[in-house]
Amino acid sequence: MSEVIYTPPAAGPTQRSPIVAFNLRMFREKPLGAIGGVIFFVFLFCGVFADVLAPYGVNETDMFHRLESPSLDFPMGTDHLGRDVLSRILIGAQLSMIVGFLAAGLATVISIVLGIVSGYVGGKTDMLIQRFVDAWMTFPDLVLLIVVISIVGPGIPQIVIILGLLYGIAGSRIVRGAVVSVRENMYTHAAQSMGARTLYILWHHILPNVMPVVIVLFTTRVGAVILAEAGLSFLGLGIPPPTPTWGSMLSGTGRTYMYLGPWLALAPGLCLTIVVYAINVYGDALRDLLDPRMRGSR
Amino acid sequence: MSEQEGDNLVSVRNLKVHFPVTGGVLQRTIGHVPAVNGVSFDLKRGETFSLVGESGCGKSTTALAVLRMQPVTDGQIIFNGVDVTHFNARQMRPIRRGMQMVYQDPFGSLNPRMKVADIIGEPLKVHHLAADRKVFRARIRELMDLVGLLPDMADRYPHEFSGGQRQRIGIARALALDPELIICDEPVSALDVSIQAQVVNLLMDLQARLGLTYLFIAHDLSVVRHISHRVGVMYLGQLVEVSSRDELFNSPKHPYTRALLDAVPVANPEIEARRPHKLITGEVPSVRNPPPGCPFHPRCPDAKSMCRQIKPVLQAVGTASVSCHLYDP
Ligand SMILES: Nc1ncnc2c1ncn2[C@@H]1O[C@H](COP(=O)(O)OP(=O)(O)OP(=O)(O)O)[C@@H](O)[C@H]1O
Ligand SMILES: [Mg+2]
Repeated sequence: MSEVIYTPPAAGPTQRSPIVAFNLRMFREKPLGAIGGVIFFVFLFCGVFADVLAPYGVNETDMFHRLESPSLDFPMGTDHLGRDVLSRILIGAQLSMIVGFLAAGLATVISIVLGIVSGYVGGKTDMLIQRFVDAWMTFPDLVLLIVVISIVGPGIPQIVIILGLLYGIAGSRIVRGAVVSVRENMYTHAAQSMGARTLYILWHHILPNVMPVVIVLFTTRVGAVILAEAGLSFLGLGIPPPTPTWGSMLSGTGRTYMYLGPWLALAPGLCLTIVVYAINVYGDALRDLLDPRMRGSR
Repeated sequence: MSEQEGDNLVSVRNLKVHFPVTGGVLQRTIGHVPAVNGVSFDLKRGETFSLVGESGCGKSTTALAVLRMQPVTDGQIIFNGVDVTHFNARQMRPIRRGMQMVYQDPFGSLNPRMKVADIIGEPLKVHHLAADRKVFRARIRELMDLVGLLPDMADRYPHEFSGGQRQRIGIARALALDPELIICDEPVSALDVSIQAQVVNLLMDLQARLGLTYLFIAHDLSVVRHISHRVGVMYLGQLVEVSSRDELFNSPKHPYTRALLDAVPVANPEIEARRPHKLITGEVPSVRNPPPGCPFHPRCPDAKSMCRQIKPVLQAVGTASVSCHLYDP
């Protein structure tokens, strides 16, 4: 049996490091996603180095420069206490990032665990988990948030845990659906019939094949959580002042001085919109590029 | 594996697989589908035993039960002289090295996110035989060569291969652990006709080289005739005739077998026009509600009154075994 029907095309011209090659592919095949990625990493960078990058102290007031419009000295203007808006946006980015990643990470882990147990084990376990998810989802998110925060008080850990649970349990439904369809594939059956243990199958077959769903879930959750945190801060239930968050900047000075200093609302509002949008398109591009079947196609 | 080296690699004794039928909000069991209802056969070492029959007659269920991938309701499965019917997952693990499966769907049976080397080598990893990277790669090359794939393609993904090549990948995976038994559930029916012959010939070639035993399921009787040593005909969860290939195709005994063979058109149009067409009439009765007596009697052209009441059992007729009252002594 040495008849061979397929000749592989010649190997690629150059050997680059896989990470570089991957990013080049992203720019070539998914330019929008790549731009989203760049914005996302700039946001990350700003968040991580906010303390160094901020030109002024966050709560450093300057009575001579109050409500100043953007200028060279204050690129995003100042607020009613003469605080530099850019510095506050940067520190706000840090907080949004921490809350966004922790809560979305927690949510994704919860979704994966619940979704996999429910979808892979099936049967009664599946039914119990799904009825619980149903019940959970009948509570309006905002009401739940308001009730819990008013009981335990505002703060980063509370917000992360609540948002993580909220989005995690709801998202488990999506992971479960993906798991059920992957489980039906015969390669799962093949692994079982060769004696593979359940954990091996989950790790090598189920998880990689639900990854596209998980990536999109995670990135949309990062956006959603940042928005939710802003919403909570807007309602005064978020991270307490004077710590600046984008939400509290919008709701506090942004709203009060909307006419005198529109940049006070525009700066956090635009940042929020751009970052959330960037994360979403980046997530979509990642999902597509990580699929080996998409390799070489557009 | 076992010290008790008989002629038979597998013995299936009075196998029954009944699926529960659930209903109502509480999903309570309200009945059973006897998908396999008292099947017995032996697989001799090195032979190909084929199961044929209409869709839904229980071929796949029988095969999966032999693999212990389907809970057995009753009966025995003896593999290599060991009764494995009630082995748990841990006890089955070493046994599974000796039995592998080739699937019908060349697309769904290969994980699209794994490279070919990892797919073919998966059984080695599962059984912790892949510790040495060099030995592992060498084994992959050897397996790919064995099934007619270019070993240089080991680091490609399944979607880069054609259906026939993918089926070769599936076969290489099944061979990785040097199994004795390979179960092929319609391994060629998803392939182009021109590719089918190549894959069937590959399977036969591998059998000759490696002494494999096949439990083979196919719809296409010409494929069955080509590859089998012995054939079992199933009807509604039961074996109605077991016999050697030549005996079965040259002188079919059971009325169902005859009808099944009659349904196959002959390539020569002159013969085809002249030969009698005794097609089976009527629907296949539901497995959920099998008729009393012989399961085939509602459609049988030769049914007698006793066929409606008494269920026939497999009995020797010449060298074949047939379960039909026409052959009662
Ligand atoms: N998981 C299941 N639950 C309930 N009934 C089942 C299940 N699997 C199979 N059956 C039923 O058992 C019977 C036998 O099925 P099986 O798949 O073994 O048939 P088959 O001979 O392989 O058919 P085909 O040629 O279509 O593959 C069918 O009537 C089918 O509906
Ligand atoms: Mg089948």
